Amino acid sequence: MTRPCACLATKQEATRVQLYLPIADIPVNVFLILAMGAAVGFVSGMFGIGGGFLMTPLLIFVGIAPAVAVASVASHIAASSFSGAISYWRRRAIDPLLAAVLLTGGTIGTALGVWTFTLLRSLGQLDLMIALSYVILLTTVGGLMFWEGLRAMLRARRGGPVTLRKPGSHGWIHGLPLKVRFKRSKIYLSVIPVIVVGLVIGFIGAVMGIGGGFILVPLMIYLLRVPTSTVIGTSMVLTLVTMVFATMLHAVTNHLVDAVLALILMIGGVTGAQFGARAGQKIRGEHLRLLLGLLVLAVGIRFAVELVIRPQDLFSIRETGGGGPP
Amino acid sequence: MSRRALLAIMGLLAATLAAVPARAERLIVSVSNHRVTVTPNYSGGELVLFGSVEKDAGTPASRSNYDLVVTVSGPRADMVTRRKERKFGIWINTDYRQFLQVPGYLALFSNRPFDEIASPEVQRRQQLGLNNVLLMQRVGPDFADVVPNDPFRSAFVRLRSEHGLYREAPSAVTFLTPTLFRTGIPLPAEVPIGTYNVEIKLFADGALVTKTETAFEIVKVGFEQFVANTARQNGFVYGLVTAFMALMTGWMASIVFRKD
Repeated sequence: MTRPCACLATKQEATRVQLYLPIADIPVNVFLILAMGAAVGFVSGMFGIGGGFLMTPLLIFVGIAPAVAVASVASHIAASSFSGAISYWRRRAIDPLLAAVLLTGGTIGTALGVWTFTLLRSLGQLDLMIALSYVILLTTVGGLMFWEGLRAMLRARRGGPVTLRKPGSHGWIHGLPLKVRFKRSKIYLSVIPVIVVGLVIGFIGAVMGIGGGFILVPLMIYLLRVPTSTVIGTSMVLTLVTMVFATMLHAVTNHLVDAVLALILMIGGVTGAQFGARAGQKIRGEHLRLLLGLLVLAVGIRFAVELVIRPQDLFSIRETGGGGPP
Repeated sequence: MSRRALLAIMGLLAATLAAVPARAERLIVSVSNHRVTVTPNYSGGELVLFGSVEKDAGTPASRSNYDLVVTVSGPRADMVTRRKERKFGIWINTDYRQFLQVPGYLALFSNRPFDEIASPEVQRRQQLGLNNVLLMQRVGPDFADVVPNDPFRSAFVRLRSEHGLYREAPSAVTFLTPTLFRTGIPLPAEVPIGTYNVEIKLFADGALVTKTETAFEIVKVGFEQFVANTARQNGFVYGLVTAFMALMTGWMASIVFRKD
């Protein structure tokens, strides 16, 4: 193409790292997106979470339309969790049976979530519902994890038992029927609570547009008493399958998946996830939970602050295409 | 804009001038580029609009002080402006106003302030300035534009202006000679893709003398166009390819970083 203006040539020289995204329709700094992908990938590899609750707000902050951000992040998480899942698989840290049972519940939960999403949308307060559920979910889960990690750490320092799994204690969950032996995780557990956990995650994921790994990990640890060694790998398998489906769904219904943006995020993400997974194996379980709790709590508080503090601009514009207000 | 292109346009203008039949004033304009292509390294740009006022025997001899207003409007879309209010201690979107088929890009350029060009009445009728451009809104059961200082309208214009998508420059049009003029049309990186209309209005003594229109388009080409088209037309295949790409990237990484 011929440049419309010679003065542009110098400007182009200075901003060579800019790349135009074909679906998002804006130019972005490649290195910035790469770095964001790597940072979130590191966190996701370390804790076995998708990282959608971190990535989506970051992309929106850079100027990408929220709908495109949500849709493209799904494929980024798929790549990150696949690379993570492979390395956990090699370390025999994935329980295939547990993952399969969780997925059964997850599929039902996703369907229910999509239905609820449509219902909330027709009621007209979807944005507020999403923001509120982010705050409530992130601060509670984060707070609980942080508190638990702190207690476990103090217990370890005093020389008490480090692991949460006390062989003698059997809660009501262990009295449920349909028990199955999950060999890799070395637990003997009813499939009912496992399916329910999958269902809850699928539901929350579809309504809030997140993978749900950060809720799944604590639920598996505290409720199902899955040992920390298989928790992360198994949750990654669930995240992987859900996010591949989410990518497909977004591509077919909204046509908003930006493959170029996704690829940059993926390259950064998978690299980060590898280092994250390695770092995660080195850190002790309770430290890991404490750190993740802190991170989740911080994001939750950030959302809460946004709701409470008077925004800089009370007005916002959104393109609605041909339809009415979303 | 290279010097050669400038000369080419001048030549074109001269040729057109010679061929025009005698009438009142007319405007002959051209944009430096009628087709702006979006490539991977696209990061905005600037077009140049050139034009000339042609006088003939019918034109009053005394008339030489021309004023010019250029309106560039991009592809139209429906938008919604929302206002946050504090309820139960948190800030939530309460009120909204729908803007119907408003331009995604809007620029108004003139050679001097609109107030000096024409009376407020003419300004309103000819839609001179961002305050006078018609922005159709759904107000209750009606479709109408509102007063310029309406909170939703002014917030809408302000937010669009902050992104460089709406602009008003009362000194952007330069008269090189009393009848030859030029103006730059800056296009920020986030301009919408589509067809842009350029309307040029000539004023003299506070009244509209004549007007003309031209257009340019901003299009995606090559890879960008291919990706955008595939995403829209073959969503399923596009999704499959993206998902497969995700799995491949993940798999490649685990091989590259394999330690054992």
